[in-house]
Amino acid sequence: MAKAEQKTTAATGNAFVAEAYRQVAPDVVCAYPITPQTTIVEEFAKFVAKGKVHTEFVAVESEHSSMSASIGASAAGARTMTATSSQGLAYMWEELHIASGLRLPIIMTNTNRAISAPINIHCDHSDVMGARDTGWVILFAENAQEAYDHTIMSVRIAEENSLPVMPTLDGFITTHSIARAEVLDDESVANFVGEFTPEHAMLAEGKPVTVGGFASLGNAYLEVKKAEREAIDASADSILAIGKEFEELTGRPYAHIEGYGMEDAETAIIILGSSAGNARAVAREMRAEGKKVGVIKIRTYRPFPSKEIAEMVKGCKAIAVLDRAESFGAPAGPLALDTMSALYENNVMVPLRPYIYGLGGADVRLDLIRSVYDDLDKAAAGEPSPGLVYLGAH
Amino acid sequence: MNKLIEIRWHARAGQGAVTAAKLVAETALFEDRFMQAMPEYGPERMGAPLKAFTRISDEPIEVYNNIEHPDIVVLLDETLIDVIDITEGMHDDGAVIINTTESPAAMRARLGVPESVAVATIDASGIALNTIKRDIPNTPIVGALTKVRPIVQVESVKGQLQKSFGKKFAQAMIDANLESVQRAYEEVQVG
Repeated sequence: MAKAEQKTTAATGNAFVAEAYRQVAPDVVCAYPITPQTTIVEEFAKFVAKGKVHTEFVAVESEHSSMSASIGASAAGARTMTATSSQGLAYMWEELHIASGLRLPIIMTNTNRAISAPINIHCDHSDVMGARDTGWVILFAENAQEAYDHTIMSVRIAEENSLPVMPTLDGFITTHSIARAEVLDDESVANFVGEFTPEHAMLAEGKPVTVGGFASLGNAYLEVKKAEREAIDASADSILAIGKEFEELTGRPYAHIEGYGMEDAETAIIILGSSAGNARAVAREMRAEGKKVGVIKIRTYRPFPSKEIAEMVKGCKAIAVLDRAESFGAPAGPLALDTMSALYENNVMVPLRPYIYGLGGADVRLDLIRSVYDDLDKAAAGEPSPGLVYLGAH
Repeated sequence: MNKLIEIRWHARAGQGAVTAAKLVAETALFEDRFMQAMPEYGPERMGAPLKAFTRISDEPIEVYNNIEHPDIVVLLDETLIDVIDITEGMHDDGAVIINTTESPAAMRARLGVPESVAVATIDASGIALNTIKRDIPNTPIVGALTKVRPIVQVESVKGQLQKSFGKKFAQAMIDANLESVQRAYEEVQVG
């Protein structure tokens, strides 16, 4: 694949995502507005109204209906996309399992936001972490460029693996900031995503199927779930292959995880989403001071890149995992729990300090990140872990 | 200019601070540099104090938090001085640009900032009323900003305005905006 012409523009993260939707030109978009996702759907609806994209746009009355209608459209054989956030994603919970259990390649952007109560419209990962076990491939974007790129890649990931995919971007921080990013031409995107020709579809001419069969007898359900597990595990290689093709087109590489300073890092922070940039900025400063620190940013969250993470941290003296979501009552936040499992599974025993940060949009100040590296120096020197730490809280 | 420049905007909701933050960022892109602009989000109430942020750099920008240590503070509504600490966390070699009819010396006395901080004043509301015929000081104050701290060129600001307004507004409105930028650029006082 030859490198495409790209245009550098300034827009909000949501506007870049809406532009990607227009370029993908899905058959169906069923959506319901919720802050901070609203402007994606608003922009896309304008494209539809102006005839700039020929998509069946279905304005539904709730997120439950949005995912239900998406499931129906996808099962019928339509390339289907939608977007949501926070309470909206929570409201879809039962449908999320149906989309993945039926192996429907729905693409749904999530703009990461806190979950009530108390009411908060700002960024954290409580919503998406509630969906982490629902069988969706989940990607985290650091910035507007990645949000745009992941949206386009998600179409291929979904359709080649018969799995629903949730590309996410951080609410307000990425969705509403004006950023610089490169945008492909329409034809390159159309060629990259190709035509959607599902293997089975309810409305396939000549060979229609029914979906949503009964599997309550014998071991059928167990077998279906095992197949689902195998599919999401196997999607890891497919994601990399699609990422490679995308790199040839754009010059922007994709990896499940990206390390900064990890070639010689003695301590490292593992983190998701926009805060990865903040962590890298601090690490850059500290490395200039001669400190061997690193950052690992995770882009593919499901399937979880266990081997890659274990491999990257095995030379470290101590690591910290920063979670922007809770897993109340568990030893740590969800990302820290995943990381602990990954290390144990791969027999890498590095002291690990779990943190919770930035809930409800609490500002991820650079001095807070620096304090984590200071803690890691103590952990590397053998100081026992105090357990879960709430960063920046009283 | 290789350094990351951080600008914090203070205004009341409705004065166009977010648009100004965006205009400076888009002007930086017009000069093929890296930029970021964002408001501090909250419930939207006309007249309530708000902050917005702009970052400009020659390198890709990787920090996404609020700006706590600005190089430049722009104040669109001087009554906010009595409400919030607008120069909080500001660098000692920073600059404050204020929409006011008062002199830099008078504003310096009210702010209580060190001598090393540049204090600039411009009657951006007056210029806006005169040119655009509405009290929207956001566009002219960007002209003043580029004089006090040439982080982007004033000609680029005009170029960007023409580019973004070109399709949406009548030529007379575009000219009024361009004039407001030029006048503020010429009339800003630094003390």
